[in-house]
Amino acid sequence: MTDVDAGFWTTVADTVAAVCLLAGAFLTFAAGVGTLRFPSLLARMHAVTKPQVLGLILGLTALALRVRNWSAVAMLVLVVIFQLATAPVGAHLVSRAGFRTGKVDETELQPNEMDPSSTDDPH
Amino acid sequence: MAVVVVVAAVLVVSAALLALRRIEKGPSMLDRALGLDLLTASLVGAIAIEAAWSRRTETIPILVALSLVGFVGSVVISRFVAREPDGDGEVRSPEEVAAQARAADVPRGEQFGGDHPGESDEADGDRRERRNRS
Repeated sequence: MTDVDAGFWTTVADTVAAVCLLAGAFLTFAAGVGTLRFPSLLARMHAVTKPQVLGLILGLTALALRVRNWSAVAMLVLVVIFQLATAPVGAHLVSRAGFRTGKVDETELQPNEMDPSSTDDPH
Repeated sequence: MAVVVVVAAVLVVSAALLALRRIEKGPSMLDRALGLDLLTASLVGAIAIEAAWSRRTETIPILVALSLVGFVGSVVISRFVAREPDGDGEVRSPEEVAAQARAADVPRGEQFGGDHPGESDEADGDRRERRNRS
């Protein structure tokens, strides 16, 4: 399987990569279960966020430990930066649209910062 | 490593199937957007597992593209499709679609000459109430 030298550090890197891969895949699976089982929109969004950030970082760490190639690692860091920049935008817009179309139970929000009667500017 | 790769692939594929189930169930477009996000995340995970297994680096640009484009779907849905008319989140049978088209035909022909099928939905009287799951 491996064409690099099968030294001690290679074994260590492969083992850490395997653990990271399993953890990332488990987070993705947990998000799948949460997406299907959780009752409300915001709870499902909480579950979906897990593989988008931590699961991605774990999987890409495993990939970097397996390929051990600096140009590949630079691109993987770029992937993480892009994901960290775009995932909050998508989650924010989905939750705001859910709130404005009445899909969020406002009595569950403590405190409800989108309440128009609150003193803060909700927009 | 082979066992780890197989277990991780099974976990990621079942997560993708659960996301597909959520996309099919809805009940709103925003839930489908979340399912789409999870589908993209599991696709990224699957590509990473394959690249880690075969030590390939050619597929890494796909990850860059997916992480950049993946959020566009949920942004577009929440900006433009979130405010759906009542009953839009339900999958209707062909008979119901035909009945609604027949009921909507008369006002559409009078008002717009049949050019605006989306507007004529407002004239439909017997839509079921969409259930908000909260």
